[in-house]
Amino acid sequence: MIGRHALVLMIMGLLSTAAAGREAGDATGRRIQVPDRVERVMAAGPTAAVALYVLAPDLMVGWPSAPRLNEREFIRPGARDLPELGRLTGRGDTANVEVVLKARPDLIFDFGSVTPTFASLAARVQEQTGIPYLLIDGHLDHTAASLRELGRVLGVSARAEAVARYVEDTERLIDERLKDVPARRRVYLAREPNGLETGLAGSINTEIIERAGGINVAERGSGRGGIANVSIEQVLAWAPDTIITWDANFFASYAADPVWGAVPAVKAKRVFLAPRLPFGWIDAPPSINRVIGLRWIAGLLYPEKFPEDIRAIAREFITLFYQIDVSDSQLDRILAGAQPGGPGR
Amino acid sequence: MRHGVFVLLLGALVAALLLGLAVGPYPLGFADVLHAAARAVGVDNGAPTPGEIVFGRVRLPRVAAGMLVGAALAGAGTTYQTLFRNPLVSPDILGVATGAGLGAVAGILLSLPVAGIQGLAFLGGLATVGLVYVIAAALRGHDRTLVLVLGGVVVGALAGACISLVKILADPYDQLPAITFWLLGSLASVKLADLATVAPLVLAGLVPLVLFRWRIGVLSLGDDEARSLGVDVFRLRALVIGAATLMTASVVAVSGVIGWVGLMIPHIARMLVGPNFSRLLPASMLLGASFMLIVDMAARSIARVETPLGILTAVLGAPFFLWLLARGRRTWG
Repeated sequence: MIGRHALVLMIMGLLSTAAAGREAGDATGRRIQVPDRVERVMAAGPTAAVALYVLAPDLMVGWPSAPRLNEREFIRPGARDLPELGRLTGRGDTANVEVVLKARPDLIFDFGSVTPTFASLAARVQEQTGIPYLLIDGHLDHTAASLRELGRVLGVSARAEAVARYVEDTERLIDERLKDVPARRRVYLAREPNGLETGLAGSINTEIIERAGGINVAERGSGRGGIANVSIEQVLAWAPDTIITWDANFFASYAADPVWGAVPAVKAKRVFLAPRLPFGWIDAPPSINRVIGLRWIAGLLYPEKFPEDIRAIAREFITLFYQIDVSDSQLDRILAGAQPGGPGR
Repeated sequence: MRHGVFVLLLGALVAALLLGLAVGPYPLGFADVLHAAARAVGVDNGAPTPGEIVFGRVRLPRVAAGMLVGAALAGAGTTYQTLFRNPLVSPDILGVATGAGLGAVAGILLSLPVAGIQGLAFLGGLATVGLVYVIAAALRGHDRTLVLVLGGVVVGALAGACISLVKILADPYDQLPAITFWLLGSLASVKLADLATVAPLVLAGLVPLVLFRWRIGVLSLGDDEARSLGVDVFRLRALVIGAATLMTASVVAVSGVIGWVGLMIPHIARMLVGPNFSRLLPASMLLGASFMLIVDMAARSIARVETPLGILTAVLGAPFFLWLLARGRRTWG
C-alpha cells in the first residue's frame, strides 16, 4: 500500500525525461522533476479538471470533456472555450496521446485514488510522452492538504491557501455542529429516472452524504461500495427519511407514483434535487466541487444546527471557487429543487 | 401420458409463482395480501398500507413481468431454433437484443424519461431485425438461412459498436452505470402500466405462432420439403421472424437484455417433450416463465441490492450448456 497519511505525490522516477527544474516528492520517497514555472497544465480526468479550474484556470490547456451548453455560462469566459482533450485516467481512456502532445502541456496531473494501477498508468504515460505526470490524492479527507500541494506545484500557493482554508473551515464547522445531533437522518441517494440506482455506503458517490452526518441507508455488504441497482421494495424496507437525487426526470415524476408515495421521505416532502451546475454538489465529478454539497446536505438534514441561508453560502462558494458572479436568476436555476419548499417542486 | 408433462410444468409454474410472490426484501404478511385483494374487488378500507403497496404494486407486477419475459424469450428462442433448424440459435440471432440495447443506451444518453428509453429500445430491436431482413432479401441467389444469420451477425456487430460509442460519449458518473445495468437486465422497476403495454404486444406476436404451429413445424424439415408440402416458405418465414421479433423486442424494452434464457430453456423443453413445435412451444414458454420467476426471486434476495438478471442467467446457463455439450446426445430432430 502507498502511504495515505500525508498528501501523496507520486513520482514516476524518470529523471532523464524532465527538463531542468524542481523536484517534487512525497511520503513514499519517490521524486519527480517538474519545471520551475508551470505554464500549461493538462488535467487527466474530470476530478483533476475541477481542481485545476478552481486553482489556476489560466494554466489549463483543455478539458477532459468540454463544458456542456447549460454549463458554459457558469464557467469563466477564457476557460469555457478550451478544447476537449479526452480522459487519461486509465479507465475508459478517450485521450489520444498525439492530441495530448499537440496541446504541449508541461505538466499532467490526476486527482483521485492513488492505487498501484493508477501509479503505473501514470508512469506509462510519462514514459511515452516525456511529460511529468503527477498523481495527487483526491480523497475527501485530504482535500485541503492536496490543494496546498497542488498550489505549490502550479505556483499558485496563495490562491490554493484561500481555497484550502475554506475547505477546512467548512469541515470544522460541520464537525462542531454535528457533535451533539441526537438522531442521524437516514438518506437514500436516487439516481436515474426511475430512482432505483444508488451509491452504496462508503462509495465515492455518496461519501459526501455520510461526511455531512447522514446515514446512507444502502449499507454495503462486504468490500468496497459502488453503484448498484435496488428494488423499490428495498427502498420501502429501508424507509429513508430523506431522498437526494440528481436526476431531474426522477425529481419531476416521483410525486405522481403511489409506490414512491409510501416512502417516509416522500410523505414528509423531503426529496431534494442536487445542484449540478456547473459541477455536481454531491458527485459528478467527485472532486472539490463537493465542498458546497457538504454544507448543503448538512443544512438539509439538520436545519436547526445550520440555520444559515444556503443561497448566500452558495454565492460565496461560487465566487471563491469558480471566480464568477452569478445573478439571482442564475442562482435560482442552480438551486432549483435544492431547498425545502423552494422553487422547482 | 401425453399431457402428463404439461401438468407437471404447470404445477412448477404455480409453485414458482407462489414462491415469487412470497419472497423479497420487504417482509409481507398475509394481511397485506388480503388488503390488496379486498381493494381489488372494490372494498375500500382506508389508505393503503406500505405492505399492501409492496404486494399490489411492486411484487405482483414484478412476478407478472417475470413470467411474461421468461415465456416470451423462451418462446422466441424456440421459434428461431425451429426456423433456423439449429439448436445454437438464440433470440438475438438477428440482432434484436443488441438493437434494443442500442435504442435504450441512446435514450439514456439523451436523458429521456423511462418511457422514452423503453420506446427507443423497442424500436431499436424492431429496426435492427428489419434491416437484417431487408439485407437478406436483397442478397438473392444465396442460401436464405445463411444470409439471414450472416446479416444478423453483421448488423449486430454494427449495433454493438454503436453501443460502445455511446458508452464513450456518456457521462462516466451518471449515464455509464445506468447503461451497464440496462445491458444486464433487471425487473426491479417494472410497473403495471409497463405490463399493460407489453402484454398485448407479446400476445400479438404469439397468436401467429400458435395459428401456424403446424406449418412452422414443417419448416424445420427444410425449405424444399416444406415447399413440396404446399407451404409458402418465403411468406411464412417473414411472418414467423416478425412475430418472434415482436415478442422479444417488447419484453426486452422493459427488462433490459437477458441472455441465455432463449437458448437454454428450449433445450430443456425439447428433452421433455421432443422436437414437435406444437408441443415444444407451450412447454418452452411454461418452463421459461417458471425459470424467470426463480431467477428474479434470486436477483432480489441474494443481496440487499439487485443482482442483474443477465449475470444470474449466464451463471446458471453457461455450466448447463457445457453439460449439454458434454452429454453429446442428439436431441435435435
